[in-house]
Amino acid sequence: MTDLATSKRTAAPRIGEDTPRPDGVPKVAGTFAFSSDLHHDRMLWGGTLRSPHPSARIRSVDISAAVAVTGVHAVLTNEDVPGSLTYGLEHRDQPVLAADVVRYEGEPVAIVAADNPEALRMAIDAIAVDYEPLDPLVDPDLAERADPIHPDGNLVRRINLIHGDQDVSGEVQVEGTYEVGMQDQAFLGPESGMAVPAEDGGIDLYVATQWLHSDRDQVADCLGLDPARVRLTLSGVGGAFGAREDLSLHVHLCMLALHTRRPVKMVYSREESFHGHVHRHPARMWFRHHADRDGTIVRVESRLVLDGGAYASSSGAVIANATCFAAGPYRVPSAHIDGAVVRTNNPPCGAMRGFGAVQTCYAHEAQMDRLADALGMDPVELRLHNALAPGDELLTGQTITGTAPVAEVIRTCADHPSGASMAVDPMELPGGAGRTADPEHVVRGEAFALGFKNLLFSEGFDDFSEASCHLADGVATITSACAEVGQGFVTLAQQITCEVLGVDDVVLLPASTDGIGSAGSTSASRQTWMSGGAIQEACGQVRVQLLERLAAEHGVDADDLVVADGRVVSMAGGLEIDLVEATAEPIEASVVFRHAPTLPLDENGQGDAHVSFAFSAHRAIVDVDVELGLVKVVELTTSQDVGRVLNPLQTIGQLEGGAAQGVGLAVMEEVLVEGGRIRNASFTDYLVPTALDMPPVEIAALIEQAEPGAPFGAKGIGEPPSISSTAAVAAAIRNATGLDLPRVPVRPTDIVFPEGAA
Amino acid sequence: MTIATSLEDACAALAAEPGSLVLAGGTDLMVEVNRGSRSVEDVVALNRIPELAGWHLTGDELRLGAGVTFAEICDPEIAALVPALAQAARTVGSPQIRNAATIGGNIATASPAGDSIPVLAALDAVLELRSAEASREVPVTEFITGVKATCLMPGELIEAVRVPVLDGPQEFCKVGPRNAMVISVASLALLVDRSARRIRVGLGSVSPMPLRATQAEDHVSGHLDWDNGVPPRLEVVREFAELVASSASPIDDHRGSAAYRRHAVRVLAQRSLTRVLNRVSSS
Amino acid sequence: MSTDPFVLEVNGQSHEVADAHPGESLLRVLRERLGLPGSKNACEEGECGSCTVLVDGQTVCSCLVLASTAAGRQITTIEGISGDDGLSHVQEAFVDAGAVQCGFCTPGLIVSIGSLLESDPDPSDLAVREAISGNLCRCTGYGRVLEAVHLAATRRGGST
Repeated sequence: MTDLATSKRTAAPRIGEDTPRPDGVPKVAGTFAFSSDLHHDRMLWGGTLRSPHPSARIRSVDISAAVAVTGVHAVLTNEDVPGSLTYGLEHRDQPVLAADVVRYEGEPVAIVAADNPEALRMAIDAIAVDYEPLDPLVDPDLAERADPIHPDGNLVRRINLIHGDQDVSGEVQVEGTYEVGMQDQAFLGPESGMAVPAEDGGIDLYVATQWLHSDRDQVADCLGLDPARVRLTLSGVGGAFGAREDLSLHVHLCMLALHTRRPVKMVYSREESFHGHVHRHPARMWFRHHADRDGTIVRVESRLVLDGGAYASSSGAVIANATCFAAGPYRVPSAHIDGAVVRTNNPPCGAMRGFGAVQTCYAHEAQMDRLADALGMDPVELRLHNALAPGDELLTGQTITGTAPVAEVIRTCADHPSGASMAVDPMELPGGAGRTADPEHVVRGEAFALGFKNLLFSEGFDDFSEASCHLADGVATITSACAEVGQGFVTLAQQITCEVLGVDDVVLLPASTDGIGSAGSTSASRQTWMSGGAIQEACGQVRVQLLERLAAEHGVDADDLVVADGRVVSMAGGLEIDLVEATAEPIEASVVFRHAPTLPLDENGQGDAHVSFAFSAHRAIVDVDVELGLVKVVELTTSQDVGRVLNPLQTIGQLEGGAAQGVGLAVMEEVLVEGGRIRNASFTDYLVPTALDMPPVEIAALIEQAEPGAPFGAKGIGEPPSISSTAAVAAAIRNATGLDLPRVPVRPTDIVFPEGAA
Repeated sequence: MTIATSLEDACAALAAEPGSLVLAGGTDLMVEVNRGSRSVEDVVALNRIPELAGWHLTGDELRLGAGVTFAEICDPEIAALVPALAQAARTVGSPQIRNAATIGGNIATASPAGDSIPVLAALDAVLELRSAEASREVPVTEFITGVKATCLMPGELIEAVRVPVLDGPQEFCKVGPRNAMVISVASLALLVDRSARRIRVGLGSVSPMPLRATQAEDHVSGHLDWDNGVPPRLEVVREFAELVASSASPIDDHRGSAAYRRHAVRVLAQRSLTRVLNRVSSS
Repeated sequence: MSTDPFVLEVNGQSHEVADAHPGESLLRVLRERLGLPGSKNACEEGECGSCTVLVDGQTVCSCLVLASTAAGRQITTIEGISGDDGLSHVQEAFVDAGAVQCGFCTPGLIVSIGSLLESDPDPSDLAVREAISGNLCRCTGYGRVLEAVHLAATRRGGST
């Protein structure tokens, strides 16, 4: 008996343990159903006709030949959109299907449903669209002066942040202009889903997404349906990283299904996926840092222009982050940051891991290195000297009230011994499998970078997550609409429930809009805190109800009762009840969890706009073949402010995976856009790091200082690894080559022809 | 759809439907098929033809069936005979691609970035072509007539590739912006042919057709001390590299600029010559 | 238009494929006609490895195999890696080492790594990295994947 109980107890997941993922076994067995794996016996295949032009007027759309293709059931255009003609995360400015103009290459113009993919392809090819191509607006620097390409104008948002005394200047000044290319999230599971028409005239949509309820509301609007009749269920998500925060095929699928009264499945090809979701904003950034001789930063000036592409998406929040965190996690008493995000006929940009902060971190860290150089100071010492600490003010005038172990993050990372040795096998040198370098051609570089970002939604957004807990027969059933996109929320939900309720059995119901309110978006490093917090609170309420009920039944004080390891026991002794018996009659609680409220930014970009912040540092060691301009990242070392580690393995996974995306942006990843057209919409030419490109990630320290208001003190951890890693790698290449390298990704030609000879 | 099990079958099928899609490993063609940019009506699949599968050595000549995969070329036995070809094979795509992709397919695709092409050009490889009516032999440098263009006639297929087994070290290097699974931006094969007292150089991704850097070959071959193995002056190596670069006729595209490609083959020329000379002098 | 029927031997079972379209890849036939969606469709151009299967014991991208040409070959998919006696060492190690996040690349990686360990039971880090260089993973940065390979190698008895 005892042995069994003991083994059962140790099996129950707890906070702080390496609990394996509950979806791990189906994922390794190949039985986990991703959104592209959906199948229905009566299903049709859906597809999209997209604009070949970045900017054009549509003179006419002739679908007659497409309708005539055998096996075609529907060909729909803008005229068939039943409700709102536009959608969008912040502004509903993006057409479901283009009407009289197209504003980017790949914009959806018509949709088709057919019996099979071959008929679908033929029908799409048979749609005749008469375009009048226009000169696309492709230079973000010209956007504000150019004729508006959209009724909402070409300026999506400007934040003119003015902080502190504007008349100060520093004895030492450094200035630089920096550029970040367009990165793609490049999740592996392409956009896909299935819509099934319901008996009630409504629709069931199974889709891979980051935010079910926001999708539901936008879809319902566009369909002209009551949201109650639009039910979204999360289908298996093959990665997200921000690219699934906006709608893609959602409304199209529902329109086709409602029109044909048949289930419709749609799966984007990889090429289509590059056109079908938003990317990371390209950025052009100018900075001037002022410091005293002792290295104290006295002022930062900056101008930021982000290219939002044709539609707003989350551009407003991205420029807010870029502006608010433009100077990095340093004490900066005076600042003027002019941040603007503009509209162009380039591909739309929106959310990607660490948004806004990734771009500016690359720039402000380059500036810090420049400043250290100008001062003759050690770059790590300069960062320590200016590091933010609790009680300090941000550029927004907000005082940091939570934890900010910036100095600890810097020290632990910088002091961590390196394990990097010199490579001998050419495969491990820059150029890898191409065997281009010998050790004598290689220069090693090393550098350090620090970054930070807000967690959760900011600027007064009503950010909440709803969850419920139902405890019966010893089994806790959790309902939450939190989108599991690979990050491991399903594991944490289980751990949190077991920790609070002392149960062994947890059932997490599928995430859906049915029967529960919004969990908010799986983005902004927010779900551990928000949906984790909601589950913690729901379980906590169930626990209180349970103990009060048992206390009343047994005539003891509820405060004397504890739940642990599947039993309720009184501390005074004498009472021990199995949880299964104690919950024969179910107990339930639902909560809406909110973080501390925030305020909008004022006209000077000032205000308590953010909730909490997370900090990370990376040290990068790179080998550079200077003559060929090829780079091998040899080692990354990181420290991160995590609040508390809830699951060590998953934490490591986030730190390693986030760093890989940072390495990609530093040395190879860029959506190449020329004249508004994507030149490399494939995995053949959009390169993401392979196992031979990604170095080992050494975790120097996970700084655990419990964050007030966060469940178990845990901060979100997903984004910081992608923020400082790019900056560190770029700086290490600078260190190896002595070049300025004012742009990422660093291309071979940037090293070989630094003056731009080609 | 013909899954040919003999060369005769394949030729007969091709004679009957000369417009058929000829499928070897499929790693190039299926990309186009999946994308919908190539329609598939009649297919002749070559991957079951025993005559295309093997390789053998006759004297100083290696004959590779067109169906030999790049994974097989990486095998130590073949690598010992044509080291540069094995090095090139190891840079083709990924392990999965190397298990399927064939040398015949790589040649027939005739991409300027085909990884085996510069080695085959440097080796003066001869292709054995076969149709239902006839057989003929064509040097690889004449077989490829332009970007993705060959002199293959309707009904004809590549049966085998013949290359000499040379006496001397060999090098193949390939530049790409990723450390693995990347399309070549520039590549170079450099082979020492001791018996002919010649350095042979083939270039990849810097011209529409297979390219030998003959001027550079002449120059360096004439300056080497073939009898005593004394390394040449650094100046000779530099001149050689310069001649290699000037023989290239690269283009600008989204994978790399013409200037970078020309620069890259210059660097590869210098490095690979140094590598082989080090090996000659140390052996 | 469809091809003549052909028979595929997948995971030890024969499947007749009666109505494939000409040009249909092995990946599509597995996923859409044979009810075996474990092999994934991330790029369909041989650049990601998510669709990796074994054909006659060798890893290939099933998206680049014309389905009808695979008739008569022994095809093993992720669904055939875990047999009736449960998960393979590699599969177990993936779960235990935290090598699974979104899981989309996982089936392909497991097929590639299983094949690697057959020929090299105790691979070096570099050998692993080269062997999986055709399997893109966007979530993990490969760190836990390498851990999983070494864990699996140890459990298989490849190293002590």
